[in-house]
Amino acid sequence: MTRKLTYGQAFNEAVRQAMAADDDIFCAGEDIGAFGGVFQTYAGLQAEFGERRVVDTPISEQAIIGLGVGAAASGLRPIVDIMFMDFLCVAFDQIVNQAAKIKYMFGGAATIPLTITTGGGAGLSAAAQHSQSLEALLCHIPGLKVVQPSNPYDAKGLMTACIREDNPTIMVLHKRLLGMQGEVPEDAYEIPLGKANILREGADVTVVGWGRMANEALDAAEKLAADGIDVEVIDPRTLQPFDTATVVESVRKTNRVVVVHEAVRFGGLGGEIAAQIQEEAFDYLDAPVARIAAPFSPVPFSPVLEQIYLPSADDIEAGIRGVLARPGV
Amino acid sequence: MELSTEVQMDLHRRMVRIRLFEEAAGKLAEAAKLPGFLHLYVGQEAVASGVCAALTDADQITSTHRGHGHLVAKGGQFNEMMAELMAKSTGYNKGKGGSMHISNLEVGMLGANGIVGAGAPIAVGAGFADKYRGEGNVAVAFFGDGSTNIGAFHEAANMACALKLPVVFACENNEYGEFTAREKTMAITDIIDRAAGYGMPGVIVDGMDVVAVHEAATEAVARARRGDGPSLIEAKTYRYYNHHGVQNLGLKYRTDDEVAEWRERDPIFTFEEHLIANGTASRADIDAIWAELRADIATAIEFAEASPVPTADQLLVDVYTEMAPTAAEVPA
Repeated sequence: MTRKLTYGQAFNEAVRQAMAADDDIFCAGEDIGAFGGVFQTYAGLQAEFGERRVVDTPISEQAIIGLGVGAAASGLRPIVDIMFMDFLCVAFDQIVNQAAKIKYMFGGAATIPLTITTGGGAGLSAAAQHSQSLEALLCHIPGLKVVQPSNPYDAKGLMTACIREDNPTIMVLHKRLLGMQGEVPEDAYEIPLGKANILREGADVTVVGWGRMANEALDAAEKLAADGIDVEVIDPRTLQPFDTATVVESVRKTNRVVVVHEAVRFGGLGGEIAAQIQEEAFDYLDAPVARIAAPFSPVPFSPVLEQIYLPSADDIEAGIRGVLARPGV
Repeated sequence: MELSTEVQMDLHRRMVRIRLFEEAAGKLAEAAKLPGFLHLYVGQEAVASGVCAALTDADQITSTHRGHGHLVAKGGQFNEMMAELMAKSTGYNKGKGGSMHISNLEVGMLGANGIVGAGAPIAVGAGFADKYRGEGNVAVAFFGDGSTNIGAFHEAANMACALKLPVVFACENNEYGEFTAREKTMAITDIIDRAAGYGMPGVIVDGMDVVAVHEAATEAVARARRGDGPSLIEAKTYRYYNHHGVQNLGLKYRTDDEVAEWRERDPIFTFEEHLIANGTASRADIDAIWAELRADIATAIEFAEASPVPTADQLLVDVYTEMAPTAAEVPA
């Protein structure tokens, strides 16, 4: 396995291979056709599959999701793109009240095999309306599945799984990872949703992080290794359903845990993960669960402020040293 | 063009089925036998009946808060509908949807909807699937005058026209958005004024005249099937009862005289006079239809009352579709 693709190309290949195998799959979204999407994640697909299957839509987020919901309820397998994660808010009724609930409200009679793709995350000076990490809002909604890959291999495998899903699934690509290179198999493959990945094994402390923060956690782990600190890094990959079991098993081994996310701290997934850990592994903890997250403010435009705002490998390192400083029991 | 006897009697039957179902539901609600909210369709029967009679089972519709009439008109059965309103496990939605989410995909009814305007984008998706498959089916979005003030309607109308989808927008202008008169919430009188902004034809019909509605719907549906794109039909109609519940008189937001005036133009009774005057049916024929359908309603109420409530183990069923394991998960 020597071929390398970027994160964006790996995602694109998953869509292309799935579309080639199944005519019921189509894509729709703003600028995704002739232009290939503002992040070029849909590049070349309209040229290959035509305007029937790769549809340029009006700037109408509610109708884009509605298009997906209605087509999915009618038996197709739509992939609909919402350019920036922030714009999901424009379509929240269709996502939260329609897509997520139709199956349950209809007594199981409907199936909604809908994949929503979107670009999340900060770090591009894109300011407060093009930078958010809103996964906690989505994970709070029964009926939705939420996925964020941290590397090219996962981008392809998780997107393949999302397309195969018979449930509404939101694939959040991290904008700062789009150019990340990595080895990606040519054949189609699937990474099961709801299964965490232990990116790095370690004995002293567990770090849970996803998307770009999983990579920052790996950087922190490398740095701490020089000091003889052995860090285990877990990337949940799927945020809903969340693989609590893998995290708890790790915590029972390391007895210390840091959860890191780009989203703001208050009401972020870190709180939920910390609660689950204390419910299932309270007696194993040697220190309170630490959270490294963004402060409670909109994402700033200023590159200087944005860098302060975003959690970094240094912040994670400090968090790890903090939980290790607590005396064990 | 005079419609055939068969079509006229079909239109009549659909309207009577709706009226009887809704009156029965209202009585059950008054007797506290229906949990939750109830938005009755009485008065508007000509709209759902006239439109749905122009559709096949493969054509799909989206609906509104006031959705029972649309499901009855599309072919929904009394037993499963009444059971759903009573929150029984034998209901169309297994007691998990109720009045505001009642649906039956087998007859192409994609759900009543608790969110004003939300059905229109979903109908666009159904219409997209129809065009994608090229089988000549169409989708109809039913919505009220009030929902043309919400963004979802405008996004749906524009997208359907931009993509030239086989979608018919069927507006039931009953002059009130919940408890507020239409003229207080929009500066236009006719909803069809909005159609031109999206590049689709719009036609006003008397929503108390089932034949007029049916003829307009037949034309709009044919246009959609031909691949000529969406149309907007505005049916001027009226709801006899309150926005929700069964109270209809003595309310502050409209006068009793206004209700009485509309009732004089009742879509069923005026149509029956027409049927008798034209010799299409006799009074005895019509009485027999009412009697037959009343018996069906009585049967449905018995069925629903005798049906079990959902068991506790159903609480978490159908939150998600269970997925078969992937190759990676299957043990070697």
